[in-house]
Amino acid sequence: MSYFNAAMAARARQLVSLYPKARSALVPLCHLAQEQDGWLRPEAMEEIAELVGVTPAEVRGTASFYDMLHTEPVGRYVVSICTNIACLLDGAAELLDHASERLGVPVGGTTADGVFTLEEAECLADCDHPPCVQVNHRFVRTTTADAFDRLIDELAAGGRTEEIPPHGTLVRIRRSGGLRVPPDEIARERAQRAQGDG
Amino acid sequence: MPLTDAPRIVTARLSYPDSYTIERFLETGGYQALRKALTMTPAEVAAEVDAASLLGRGGAGFPAGRKWSMLKPDPVTYLVVNGDESEPATFKDHLLIERDPNQILEGVIISAYALQVTQAFIYVRGEFALGLERMEQAVNDAYHHGALGRNIFSSGFSLDVVVHPGAGAYICGDETALLESLEGKRGFPRIKPPYYPAVIGLYGQPTVVNNVETMANIPWIVANGGKAFAALGGGRSCGTRMFALSGHVNRPGAYEVEMVKVTFRDLIYDPQLGAGVRGGRDLLAFIPGGASSPWFGPEHLDLPLGQDEVGQAGSMLGSGSVVVMDSTTCPVRAAWRITRFFARESCGQCTPCREGSGWLERILYRIENGGGREQDLDLLLDVCDNISPGVHWPPEQTTICPLGPSIPPSIASSLGRFRDDFLVHIKDGGCPHG
Ligand SMILES: Cc1cc2nc3c(=O)[nH]c(=O)nc-3n(C[C@H](O)[C@H](O)[C@H](O)COP(=O)(O)O)c2cc1C
Ligand code: SF4
Repeated sequence: MSYFNAAMAARARQLVSLYPKARSALVPLCHLAQEQDGWLRPEAMEEIAELVGVTPAEVRGTASFYDMLHTEPVGRYVVSICTNIACLLDGAAELLDHASERLGVPVGGTTADGVFTLEEAECLADCDHPPCVQVNHRFVRTTTADAFDRLIDELAAGGRTEEIPPHGTLVRIRRSGGLRVPPDEIARERAQRAQGDG
Repeated sequence: MPLTDAPRIVTARLSYPDSYTIERFLETGGYQALRKALTMTPAEVAAEVDAASLLGRGGAGFPAGRKWSMLKPDPVTYLVVNGDESEPATFKDHLLIERDPNQILEGVIISAYALQVTQAFIYVRGEFALGLERMEQAVNDAYHHGALGRNIFSSGFSLDVVVHPGAGAYICGDETALLESLEGKRGFPRIKPPYYPAVIGLYGQPTVVNNVETMANIPWIVANGGKAFAALGGGRSCGTRMFALSGHVNRPGAYEVEMVKVTFRDLIYDPQLGAGVRGGRDLLAFIPGGASSPWFGPEHLDLPLGQDEVGQAGSMLGSGSVVVMDSTTCPVRAAWRITRFFARESCGQCTPCREGSGWLERILYRIENGGGREQDLDLLLDVCDNISPGVHWPPEQTTICPLGPSIPPSIASSLGRFRDDFLVHIKDGGCPHG
């Protein structure tokens, strides 16, 4: 009766073990839940609460603080367009309007087929390629309306999946190094060594 | 290095297409500085960094050596690296994380050795999916190479590093909010005192928080000596620094230049750097150091890129991001968009910041869109004064963190320089720039 599937559950346990205090794994676990389902289901928040030792309300309260964590379903592709100062100077507001028209949804909306969600983003730190567009937090560098339309066509036709995994998958590299030695144990060893030297 | 013969310190590898791989890193001197550091005592390594006079590259410009010396001795201490880069128009850490993650990691391991911390965390902005993958790969590679984990390069020194993903919140860039976030909570900046994470930081333990670019400088400093670093630049601003140039220039980009020896004019107009204002137009104004810095005009172009030089001229180098606005720019719209950013990102703990940012955003919006009144100009300054009394520079600190007092400068700059433009908006009932 657990929320995470077997593979995810193993990764969840590993995540918790990486930190000196379990609660630090809360946000990474939310990312993991989004990788499994695309968004944070209530059952996910309940299980995360149990894993890190807080109440489900605390998980929800914390998750709701962060823009990337979604407590409602979002599209398979979350399209984020920055309109902050550097992008604004280069046509970002116009590109956002175009995107809204092309996708047929207002900013914040999801297409009826559940494929695309459109978001207006704050600065995404790629200001030498304005206006800056991300899909599922991958920089796609489509800066014109035409390029944007081509990208949407490609994604709708099931293309570019290698480069842009479904929403929720953030880091595809699995941690393979790093035994978990608790810091107090390292400190104890170090103190012993120092004593030995002296 | 454009304009001066200073070496590239943090961007040396970036011209290789595979700059982010461990193979390229090792081929180009990677982990040699770490090996050298491990033959020195921790205090000797810290002394080199202190001698380098390396000012923190995250925005506040605090000397790294001094910060390190403040770390309270304790059996359990931490190093936390700030890779949350979300300051508008700042995109240098993004580049370093994606293109040379191993260099940052080497800086982290050396710093951890100098500080004798038991564990380090690299907090990377959640929106950097590729950056997170590259950083995680760098950490894996370091473990397998023997540069991380137990008994690093048989030196007896052990360290674990965790790459921690953010999840989208500008305020988590503030160091105390970052620590809260890393503890699995909402990113609320901590009430001061305690002032310094070096005394009470992560999980209540002494913690050094340093920026990604600050860390990237450490291997070069150890390899070449603090003196060699201090010989570059001028005054208190030593070494080189990355400047993220954006807006209406021909060649936007993140450029590493020698500090103080290069001016804003060089950065914006030099053919190897910004290559001038787009379309040959006139420069209206530029933002010299992030969204919270007061704007500069053409009269400031010959100022050197030095922390104290820019501070004395009434602004700051801040996060090292320069936004160029040409003569077609609407200054009301620019100030409105920056204010809206702060209104969206205020964490809401302090009333002047939470309420004031929203009021200011709405007033600017109505001026830009034709609903402004002449009294609005005084009202803007009045609300600014309530957030940071006197609306002077550097701003009066009234709130838990510096975000609140960061709101007035762009408004005061825009209104101070372009009051007539505001009045035309009000008289014409809309934006004359279309
Ligand atoms: C609202 C706010 C946002 C900040 N954002 C960042 C950031 O994204 N990256 C960063 O390194 N420092 C940021 N800082 C500065 C940090 O609080 C801290 O001074 C810095 O990480 C220390 O590193 P340094 O001494 O190496 O510069 C921010 C500060 C504030 C108040
Ligand atoms: S100044 Fe603003 S962002 Fe900073 S703690 Fe107060 S409300 Fe939060």
